[in-house]
Amino acid sequence: MAESKLMTMRDAIARHVPSGSMVLLGAQLEQMIPFAAGHELIRQGRRDLTVVGPISDILFDQMIGAGCVSRVMAAWVGNVSAGVGYCFRRAVEHAVPRKIEVVDYSNFTMALALHAAALGVPFLPTYATLGSDLLKKNGNLREFPSPVSEEKLVAVRALRPDVAILHVQRADAQGNAHIWGSLGVAVDGARAARKIIIVAEEIAEPSVISSDPNRTLVPGFLVEAVVHEPGGAHPSPVQGYYGRDHAFFAQYHEQTRRVEDFEDWLARWVVHASDRGEYLTQVGAERIQSLGVKEHAYTAPADFGY
Amino acid sequence: MGFSEREHGLIVTARSEAEVTSRGYTFSELMVAAAAREIGDGELVFVGMRLPMLAFLVARRTHAPRAVGLFENGVVRETPSLELLYTMGDPPNLLHATQCGQMLDVMSLLQQGRVNVGFLGAAEVDRFGNLNTTWGHRNKEMQRLPGSGGACDIACLARRTVVLLAHERGRLTERVGHITSPGYGSGNGWRRAQGLPANSGPSAVITTLGVVRFGDDGEAFLASVHPGVSVEEVLANTGWTLRVADDLVETPAPRDEALAVMREMDPNHFWTR
Repeated sequence: MAESKLMTMRDAIARHVPSGSMVLLGAQLEQMIPFAAGHELIRQGRRDLTVVGPISDILFDQMIGAGCVSRVMAAWVGNVSAGVGYCFRRAVEHAVPRKIEVVDYSNFTMALALHAAALGVPFLPTYATLGSDLLKKNGNLREFPSPVSEEKLVAVRALRPDVAILHVQRADAQGNAHIWGSLGVAVDGARAARKIIIVAEEIAEPSVISSDPNRTLVPGFLVEAVVHEPGGAHPSPVQGYYGRDHAFFAQYHEQTRRVEDFEDWLARWVVHASDRGEYLTQVGAERIQSLGVKEHAYTAPADFGY
Repeated sequence: MGFSEREHGLIVTARSEAEVTSRGYTFSELMVAAAAREIGDGELVFVGMRLPMLAFLVARRTHAPRAVGLFENGVVRETPSLELLYTMGDPPNLLHATQCGQMLDVMSLLQQGRVNVGFLGAAEVDRFGNLNTTWGHRNKEMQRLPGSGGACDIACLARRTVVLLAHERGRLTERVGHITSPGYGSGNGWRRAQGLPANSGPSAVITTLGVVRFGDDGEAFLASVHPGVSVEEVLANTGWTLRVADDLVETPAPRDEALAVMREMDPNHFWTR
């Protein structure tokens, strides 16, 4: 049997995500955002990261506020249920804590950029963004005449992240990963990236994973590291494991309006919480329990027999 | 994301409690009912969150029982979720979905021209229906807003787009400072000249004061005013000289069955204050 790829979050980030990396986070949009990984990147003091993802909710805002990020390539940066991201605004408007470059995509062009890299081609064509200022300002979107018809198209340049960090429901020790529910750009993101770190709610036996190969959206041979991190996506939801902590997003919004308030937030939730276990202790058992599954909804079994 | 909760300012506050009480519904509820009427039976709809989500549910339960909802995270849904949603990725939106696919699965339908209508919010909309969700301004200082999400895609590729926002002079502006999501650009023929698909573009802007539509020349005109709102009030709160339809009507009040659906789904008026 192949060697296990299981390691701690600390080791996975230390080994595979140096400063200057381009990192895909938040591929499943509002679900399964790898907050634990983002917090470890902050604790290990990464700098000059390019963060990539369609939405990533408040994770990008936190990493920008912590000074880890020099470039954001995203369709939307903020706090999905509460509004703007104050750290993002401070960085763009006032270069606080540092200047960042923003490369604005739409959701579709972000998906196509990753899909192009997944297919191994330099670009893919689309009509999306024609006529918009995104097309004018994002150098990775270029208008061109269709070679086969009388039309204009936008070439979306392939985007190949150095690392994709994907939070999943379950994986085996080789990184064969089951994901269900909100998929977003996870499949393309996994194939586009040079390396993959899988963060799993549960580590399953290989036989569990191979019992349902349609649900194996990331094959383990592409994966560098597997981190067992229950609760690692909080406050974002993980279907079948826990719900979205809406109040946490609202509180983050209130507690990060001023830069000094954000510093306090960061100290409490990231810097002084040395790992995810301490973070979850701070969240509190009662609150964690309140987010848990109230009523299980198992899928009907599918017969792979022959 | 799309639209979505991510656009700015989709929570619309009623103008005054007195008006609500005397009329029996809030202005947000009126907007939801108007938005629901933009959905035809059997249509594919890029839904979004908040008011448009309610509008989709109202449409499904009243005149459009075969409408299908699409979400950018890949979810296709035909039945209402069992709980109020804050984001399209909330677990109740995935439970009993028709399909949980990838983003490209729903975007492919959009680019093929098979999506009939998409709902968008905006910080600003202009005379030709162009939307800005990237840069705002307050006291002459530029404010960075969250950006497109899927709004630009929907605005480019849906057959019709419907915009919901609060009617303020600073938000209905002569010309947006940044075209996040293209409408009719500078007018007639602009979309085709850009290469955008035929049979696409803004269909309606539903505000807290009325409903704006677009002429063949791509320019907005006031098509209806909400009950109790004067044309003068609309014009005074619009940042350009808004044309008024010859056949201007009053926006129909929400029907009881529509209000019943809204209040069942949003009993505490979280969205429909």
